[in-house]
Amino acid sequence: MAGRPRRADGRGTPRRADQALMTDTLKPNNAAQVLEAVKWAAAEGNALEVVGRGSKRGFGRAVAPRLGLDLSGLSGIGGYEPSELFMTAFTATPMAEIEAALRQNNQQMAFEPADLGPLFGGDEDEGTIGGAIACNLAGPRRIKVGAARDHFLGFSAVSGRGEVFKSGGTVVKNVTGFDLSKLIAGSFGTLAVMTEVTFKVLPAPEKTRTVLILGLDDAAAAMTMARALGSAHDVSSAAHLPTVAARRSRVSYVAGAGRAVTAMRVEGPGPSVEHRCRALKALLKGKGDIEELHSENSRTLWREIRDAALLGAAAGDPKARQVWRLSVPPMAGPGAAEALARELAGEAFYDWGGGLVWLAIAARPDAGHETVRAAVAAAGGHATLVRAADAVRARVPVFEPQAARLAALTARVKEAFDPNGVLNPGRMYEGV
Amino acid sequence: MRMPEPDAGVIARRAEIVEAMRAIVPGEGVIADSDELKAYDCDGLMAYKGLPLIVVLPETTRQVSAILKYCAAHQVKIVPRGAGTGLSGGALPLADAITLGLAKFNRILEIDFDNRCVVAQPGVTNLAITKAVEHAGFYYAPDPSSQIACSIGGNVAENSGGVHCLKYGLTTNNVLGLEMVLMDGEVVRLGGKHLDAGGYDLLGVLTGSEGLLGVITEVTVRILQKPETARALLLGFPSNESGGNCVAAIIGAGIIPGGMEMMDKPAIHASENFVHAGYPLDVQALLIVELDGPEAEVDYLIERVQSIARQTGASYIRISESDAERQVFWSGRKNAFPAVGRISPDYLCMDGTIPRHKLADVLNKIGALSERYGLRVANVFHAGDGNLHPLILFDANKPEELDRAEKFGADILRYCVEVGGVLTGEHGVGVEKRDLMGEMFTEDDLKQQLRLKCAFDPGQLMNPGKVYPTLHRCAELGRMYVHHGKLPFPDIPRF
Repeated sequence: MAGRPRRADGRGTPRRADQALMTDTLKPNNAAQVLEAVKWAAAEGNALEVVGRGSKRGFGRAVAPRLGLDLSGLSGIGGYEPSELFMTAFTATPMAEIEAALRQNNQQMAFEPADLGPLFGGDEDEGTIGGAIACNLAGPRRIKVGAARDHFLGFSAVSGRGEVFKSGGTVVKNVTGFDLSKLIAGSFGTLAVMTEVTFKVLPAPEKTRTVLILGLDDAAAAMTMARALGSAHDVSSAAHLPTVAARRSRVSYVAGAGRAVTAMRVEGPGPSVEHRCRALKALLKGKGDIEELHSENSRTLWREIRDAALLGAAAGDPKARQVWRLSVPPMAGPGAAEALARELAGEAFYDWGGGLVWLAIAARPDAGHETVRAAVAAAGGHATLVRAADAVRARVPVFEPQAARLAALTARVKEAFDPNGVLNPGRMYEGV
Repeated sequence: MRMPEPDAGVIARRAEIVEAMRAIVPGEGVIADSDELKAYDCDGLMAYKGLPLIVVLPETTRQVSAILKYCAAHQVKIVPRGAGTGLSGGALPLADAITLGLAKFNRILEIDFDNRCVVAQPGVTNLAITKAVEHAGFYYAPDPSSQIACSIGGNVAENSGGVHCLKYGLTTNNVLGLEMVLMDGEVVRLGGKHLDAGGYDLLGVLTGSEGLLGVITEVTVRILQKPETARALLLGFPSNESGGNCVAAIIGAGIIPGGMEMMDKPAIHASENFVHAGYPLDVQALLIVELDGPEAEVDYLIERVQSIARQTGASYIRISESDAERQVFWSGRKNAFPAVGRISPDYLCMDGTIPRHKLADVLNKIGALSERYGLRVANVFHAGDGNLHPLILFDANKPEELDRAEKFGADILRYCVEVGGVLTGEHGVGVEKRDLMGEMFTEDDLKQQLRLKCAFDPGQLMNPGKVYPTLHRCAELGRMYVHHGKLPFPDIPRF
């Protein structure tokens, strides 16, 4: 029998001034202790806040303070077979540790999960693999390779019922039973506490270049990105930075352009990248001035885009702007974003060929949610209030409100995993 | 195969059910004549047959909703069916269930090139989607070998793969949205032309749910631009080991081919005798490696793969010099199943996935089992992702042979799980692998999956007897046995 989970003093979990404190914390060191803790919570009907290393505690609805389940003791890479293209790790293994191990083998997590820590006022590289999966994070390569959900092969977990269960495996091709990995990815810890996860890893590209087109307005940029993404040149990411956003980049070519910058990333074997960049430039000739970024600059720019670092929404400032994330059909992005930026005194930039809109607005008590939701409903898609003060996130629906029948189904799914509502209740939807 | 005991009460009410269905689906959409029902007596897993209570072929979501509402109210079971090409018996009829065919949902509703997606009804064939967009250079990437006949709704239900899924993903990675009808008749829309869900990823859960959670009535898939060019290498090896090593070395070198297929000696010979693709007959293992992309990339990678093949002991190397030649390379592989059908009256096709480095080990085991069971076996597989398709040859007319072949197949799948793999890579569990689920999952694992089923279908009326070996009542599954006062942390204050 494993030792008892120890009670932590809370210092191991980063806390932000504007976040509700956990009333106390349990810090299990292994899966058996997680099971013990959840069993107890389920029996007592005691809600838990499930936390990895706490870098994204501000992501989701704000709820009353509750007992913390700090998983940071479940850390470390369990199995990594580069030629099998998978890695197994304990749930709170730092992303930085995983990325370092992958780099040594010239591999990567192709879905390049965003590092949202800084957006919530923390440091870089504080996130964990479990957190990335629980939030179903993705990066600019989402349009080509998918999100965390697409790379999450299997897991062991403790359900809210206080039972250990697993799903999936270590192989990519697997249709044995329901694909619970998909359900757990993006469930924000409301269904089960993952203890160990297995995810796909892939070779890092030999070469990366980024083609920039300068001076396009948002609508023209969306058309241009559609043209590039609809070509055979295998563009892996396409983003558009209006002038203000571009100016914030640490890449001098981008910041110094003095105009909007539309960026398209080309990755792969060396000769192929050179060929495709040439072809892409020929395809886009006449649309605007064209530049090309090579390795280091390219890496920096896509990291800034990935982490929404170009929004001018530095955290820590009490008047910090509120941040929305909209997922819409790519061609609908500019229309929705321009209208919202105008109405809510904000600014936006685009990833995913126009389909992902990062929107920062002047802070307001309702976060402009009705306006945002109306725009998203018209475009088709969903919006998430990624950052706002606790008081706002307690009042305003953070995730896209669901039609009644979908909400009822969501509640039944929650009940199937966590009937007593002890795992992060209310983090996504009230009563879920 | 033990199926749930048919409900005599439902069967007795057949005439009444037919009448109710005719009120919902007018015309010829309700099939009750036993001769006509025979066309629906099995899917692609032809070892199992049976007549459904009746077949209903609705044409609109509203009709599907009305049918399910009726069935929920009257405790009538439903077996959803797409094109009936599934290989695991997912659409096997039940004597007391309506087979709900989606064949009449056969229209492409929208093609949106700018947003790179197609909205289609579930009965549209996989290939028809590609055909509808190829004039603009696009295609739909997942390409199960039955793509000419299988339907996109069935692909979603089974999370179908295909030769190209190593590089381009399975169905689940290529579906953007769904409309589905729940067993209570409620219509739910998930996703759309945008990416990812706002709430739980129910789209991801529906994909591969084998008709147990909802009836899919509309699908939105993403489409891709066709690669500029594709070339293939045909590589022969003196042993399964060296072939397997080559596969691992290609992946290890950071190359993800568009397709990477392997065949063993019996499969090579059967195919060559059938389609005369020019395969070498003096090798133990044959590998087809296809590289696609811009010409500069393909030429570069062909060189690299060729050199890896030499290093890993290839005794035969041929590179396609034209698209026609590439097609010829593939013709043998693509016809491997019918080719095997020519040398044996019947065969069972298995579908395990294993870690790539266990390839040779598993092939040796299959060889040993083949001798023990006295049945021949030919192996073709998607080597890039470790998905095996051993074909077990038998004669259904000989007593006991089907039984022996099934036991042989079960032993293969058990071994796949033992070496770290899974029971099924792309064909689904259906009825075929249902009773092997316990090899991979604990009782608690399975119960948690069934609780998800209960969230969608509390009466368990949708496709019962498939995928899960034991039926539990949802009320029983939901019950929690709680022991209060068992506080594991005496030092934690209770609130």
